[in-house]
Formats: sequence, C-alpha cells, structure tokens
Amino acid sequence: MSSDSLEGRQAALRSKRVRNTLRTAAFMSPWLIGFSVFFAYPLVSTVYFSFMKYDGLNPPTWRGLDNWTYVFSDLPKFWPAMQNTLWLAVVMVACRVVFGLGTGLLITKIKLGAGLFRTLFYLPYLAPPVAATLAFVFLLNPGTGPVNSLLEAVGIPAPSWFNDTAWAKPALTVLAVWGVGDLMVIFMAALLDVPKEQYEAAELDGTSAWQRFRYVTLPNISPIVLFAVVTGIIGAMQYYTQPIVAAKVASGVMGGSGQTFEPGYPDDSTLTLPQLVYDLGFGRFDYGAACVVALVLFALSMAFTALLMRRRGGLIGSGD
Amino acid sequence: MPVHPRRAAVALAVTASTALLASACTGSAADGASADPDAKTTITFWHGWSAPAEVKAIQDNVARFEKAHPNIKVKVVGNINDAKLSQALRAGGSNGPDVAASFTTSNVGKFCHSGALADLKPFLEKDKVDLDKTFSKVLQDYTQFEGRRCSLPLLSDAYGLYYNKDAFKAAGITAPPKTWSEFREVAKKLTKEKGDSYEQLGFMPNYLGYETVPSHYMSQWDHTYFDENGKSNLAEDPAFAEMLTYQKSLVDGLGGFAKLDKYRTTFGDEWGAKHPFHTGQVAMQLDGEWRLNFIKDAKVDFEVGVAPLPVADDEVAEYGKGYLSGTIIGLAPQSRKQNAAWKLIKYMTMDTDAVVEFANGIGNVPSTLEALKSPKLKVDEHFKVFLDIAQHPESSTSDGAVNGSTYQDTFQDFAQKYEKGQVKDLKKGLEETAAQIDRDIAQAK
Repeated sequence: MSSDSLEGRQAALRSKRVRNTLRTAAFMSPWLIGFSVFFAYPLVSTVYFSFMKYDGLNPPTWRGLDNWTYVFSDLPKFWPAMQNTLWLAVVMVACRVVFGLGTGLLITKIKLGAGLFRTLFYLPYLAPPVAATLAFVFLLNPGTGPVNSLLEAVGIPAPSWFNDTAWAKPALTVLAVWGVGDLMVIFMAALLDVPKEQYEAAELDGTSAWQRFRYVTLPNISPIVLFAVVTGIIGAMQYYTQPIVAAKVASGVMGGSGQTFEPGYPDDSTLTLPQLVYDLGFGRFDYGAACVVALVLFALSMAFTALLMRRRGGLIGSGD
Repeated sequence: MPVHPRRAAVALAVTASTALLASACTGSAADGASADPDAKTTITFWHGWSAPAEVKAIQDNVARFEKAHPNIKVKVVGNINDAKLSQALRAGGSNGPDVAASFTTSNVGKFCHSGALADLKPFLEKDKVDLDKTFSKVLQDYTQFEGRRCSLPLLSDAYGLYYNKDAFKAAGITAPPKTWSEFREVAKKLTKEKGDSYEQLGFMPNYLGYETVPSHYMSQWDHTYFDENGKSNLAEDPAFAEMLTYQKSLVDGLGGFAKLDKYRTTFGDEWGAKHPFHTGQVAMQLDGEWRLNFIKDAKVDFEVGVAPLPVADDEVAEYGKGYLSGTIIGLAPQSRKQNAAWKLIKYMTMDTDAVVEFANGIGNVPSTLEALKSPKLKVDEHFKVFLDIAQHPESSTSDGAVNGSTYQDTFQDFAQKYEKGQVKDLKKGLEETAAQIDRDIAQAK
C-alpha cells in the first residue's frame, strides 16, 4: 500500500471521527447548554461568591475564608437551621414514606369504594402549600383552634403546636403527612405491580402477613422506596414555604409598621437552611454568607443521596 | 488530567457568552439624572400601603401630582414589602420602580450603604433645599446613613398609648399613667382573669404583642444603641437592662409569659377590625397614630382615650416623648427617569399642601415643619397628642446600621428569651448580644 493512500485513509478516518464527535455534540447540546447554564455556571458562581463580599449592587471584593468563618462560628442561626433541616430530612421524610406506603397498602386492599378513598386521600396533595399551611395554623391555634378545643374537651393536654418550640416541627410533619397523596399513588402503582404468584408461593409456604410484606412486597418495591426517600430528602433540603408561612401567621408579625418578621418562629425552631439563604442574601444583602449556606445545602444533599445509594440494600433488604 | 485546548476553548466560549448575556441584561443609569425633566414620560412608584383607604389616599396624592405635572404619568404599584423592593432595586430593569417607598426606617442604613437607593444630594443641591428648615432632626436622621442621604421622610409616625376610657372608669382609674410604675398598677387593675385566660387584659406586654417591640419600649428610656466607635452599647448603657427588667416584671405581674402568649393567639389581625383593642380584649395598647383611623372604621363600642406612653420613673420631666418612625421614599439608582422621579419625590415630601392632604387622607403625622403648622391639617384632640409627641424634643427613633434592622432583630431575639425566663444572667446575656451585633456589623462592612 502506497504511503499516499495510507495518509488518505487516515485523513478520511480523522474526518469521520470529527464528524461523529460533532454529531454527538449536536445531539447532546440541549443537555449541555442546560447543564452549563442552569447547573455548572450557578455552582461555580456560588463557590466564587462564597469567598467574596458581594451585596448584589457593588462589585464583589475578595474576602478569603471570612464568610465561611462567619457562617460556621459567628452566625448563631446557622446551627439551629442545620439541626432543623436534618430533623425534617430524617423524621418528616420517614413519616411521609411510612404513611405513603401504609395508605397505599390500605387502598390496594379496599374493595368497596376504592375510587372514593383514593380521591379522598389524594385531594390534600392538590391544596396549594400556602393555603394548606394557613388552614393548619388556624386549626391548630392554641387559643381558638378546634383541634385544641376538642383535645381539652376530652381531657387531653393540648400542645401549642406552631407556637411551641417542641411542637412546631411535629406540626409541620403532620401537615406534610396530610398531603401524602403523591407518595400514596406511586406506592399504589408499585404494590399493584408485585407479581401475584410470589404471594401465592409464600402463602403455600405458610408465611404470615408480616413475612409476606417483608420478604415479598418490600424487595419488589425497593426501587420505589428509594425514589421516595431520595426525592423526599431533596424536598426537605428545599423546604421553605410551609415553615415561613406557619411562622409568620403563628407569630402574628405581619410587618407593615415597626415590626420586622424573622423566620424561624418560635425561637428558630422552624428555621431551615433555605430560609437562612434567603434571609442572608435578600434580607441582609450578604450574598457571600448566603452562598456558603447554599453550598452546605448542596453538600448535604449530595451526602444524603450518596449514602442512600450505597446503603440501598441494607435499607430495604436485598431486592436486587 | 491533561487539558485539551479545544475543550478549554469551548469552555471559554460558553463562559464568555454567558457573561455577555448577563451583562446585556443590565443597563446603565448614567443618563438617568440628565434625562429631560420636561419630556413626556411615565414613572413607576412602588409603595407598601394596602388598606383600601390608604391606597385611595395615595392615588389621590398621585393624581394631584399628575395634574401639577402634566408631562409625567405615574404607574403606582402597592403592597410592596422590603424583600420585593430590595430584589427589584438590585435587578434594575424597566419593570422595576423609579421611586420606592418603605415602612422600615431601620433598613435605611442598608439601602444607603449599599447604594440600593440613589444619593439625593445632587438633586437637593440643585434645587437648593434647606433640610433643616424642612424636616425635624429625628426625621432627617432616620432617612440618611453616615452622611449619605438616600431617602426623605414621606409622612411620619408617632407612637403613644391608646386606652379604653370605659374600662378605666369601671376600674376607678381617672387618668392615664405617666410613669412605668403607675402603668404596671393600672394594667393590673384593668385585668380581669377568667379561668386560665382573661376576660380583659390590661395590657399585652409581650414583645410579639404587635407594636410592643423592644425598640418602641426603649424610646421611653434615654438610651444610645451604639457608642462613639460604632460598637453596640447594649451592655454598657443601663437603660437596656432597665427596660428589659421592667418589661419582665410586667409580664410576670400580669400572669406570666405562657398564659399571656396563649391569650395572644386569640387576637385578631393587627390590620383588621378584630384587633384586640377594638374588641375589648386588651384595655390599653401601644400603637401608632394610624390606629385612630382603624378604630373609626371598626366602630368600637367604647370611648377611646389617647396619651403619650409612660416614661421611666426618673425621667418624668420628659413625659410626652415617644418613638418616631415613618415611611421613607427614595430614588432607584438604575432609573433612567431620575429627574421626573425626583419631581415626584420632591412633591410628595416637601410640597406643604401635598403633605397635608396626604396626611389627612392617610391619618399619619405630616413630615415637614410647615405642614405641621398648616391650618389645613385636620386635627382633633386625639390626633393632637400624636402631633405633640412628634414635635417633642426628646422623642427618638432607632439608629441606622449598615446591616439594616439586623441589630434590632438580634436584640429582639435576646429580649424574647429574657421575657420567657430563659436568660438567667442579664448582664452576661447583654454582653453576648452586643458582641453578636458587633460581629454582624463587621461582616456587613
């Protein structure tokens, strides 16, 4: 083979490779653009601004590790916000998954009026978060709410719910569990998809209902449980609307005169990291510190997701 | 990992195009102040009022301005809070405000320091405005920060004591209390307990009892929030410990924090007809002059009395003073119509008739010295009390700070812990709170 034809073939091969690369890039470009503009660029900017003094109006100036030191050691609201966010990520998400799965199981067992019950359990999920939170704060008002009137009438000590540091997060959890319709539908679909033969075989082996749930149902729906937990934790990391509305209404501080509303009422017990990001960035004009908290949130979300992915087998049994 | 030049070039191109895109979204306001003031134009004015009567008053005021300035139309946007305002001022753009008003005077430090509101000095100098002849010193102070005047007072508020005359009569009380010691006794006399709650509470002292915030209490004790070096004075000035101790004694004397706070949850909205003073749930209320209009609208079924707030027992000579605050108005730095916008600001804040008409309409205290003396100002015996508080030489307001109301929030957090009995060592607590305020200010500088 002459050297000319070898070079010609190599050139054609290179040209083909370039065309392939370009074609691949063209097909990937919508994702690449989206990833760059909506993820990579904001993430890089957040890291950059976490080392700067920046108020959104004046040019940023270098501040080194000062923002990080301030957030971790000089910002008294950071650790309560971190604790609350972790509490919600663990307790609220666990409650939602357990209740979602429980309701799904119940609904799949009901023979009469199944459609009605499905609708009834799903409806609360459709309520706008602000309206639902307002309704809960009024229902659970310690002075005038019907729930406490009922509890007091039957002689049960009534908590102060959203006005009590010990009960504010459980009250938010009750609100989240009330709107568990989304998980119920997903679990219901997964439960109906479990092969009937496996239950029949388990019954022939003389297993109890709990054993059938543990060794047949759970392994089959394990990917859905994982999905519910991961999306729940990501939701908990973004939890903003319900706690801020509840705190505002329960505290009675609507603003408009000399009062300024501070998120977290009562005593920072409902303050979450997203609220702190907003308060620092848009309330105090301190983008630098807000970016530090945002990066902590990002790291937490990544850590939780990685942990769940690694511990998936141990968490819900060997379903694979 | 080796760096591929082509990948680096692509990354650079993406970054450059994103930066270009970002910079293309922002405009320059360099031409804003030199815009033709007589050209036909429409400016946007953002304010926070939302009650129907208040919205009507501001619309009437704007209508009078448009009549006097036929080349300028004003697009009015109401019910704006500081969070929305801050974002709009930073974002700029054609949909943002040219003129912005805020109720939160404690945020002026933040607005001025950051440049969120434009410096008005060039406009004031151009129009040869003598501020000393126009506004009182307190009002001048709370609309500037460290010499940078980024806002002007748009009406003001004075705080006093509202009391239920019928309840006073029933309890055998003949006059409103003048000192805090007298006040404690009067509040107890007016309180009627009912089971583990109240039929009538003399006064809701809790810091979340609407206007009973620490800064409003503090005005009745001579105090300074910051020393000459700009450091927090909470631990050094005994007035803060005195106020906190007094308020705690009031809380304990009226039934304790938990009982009072549970009763507080039965109150109606501060801006609605079911306000606890309107319904008779409380017999006395610390509030601003605007409450007079709300009381009128609510058609309360008892006779209302108004007086200055009591003072510390050793400051009786200063009885008549009170907390002053108000609405502030400023110019968006990115506005391209700054001359027209300045005309609106000047008209609303300094035209005597405009200020008086607006004060009459909205039920606020007029902000200029001329307007306070105007014969057109509607004054009755109740409103006069607030006019006197507004002009009292010892009346005061909160200091401005570079991080806005953050220092007030920090103080309030501590005060709330103290009223609940969670703070055992007041002096140590005040020292720690002062240190926190200093750290927050250092971070904001």
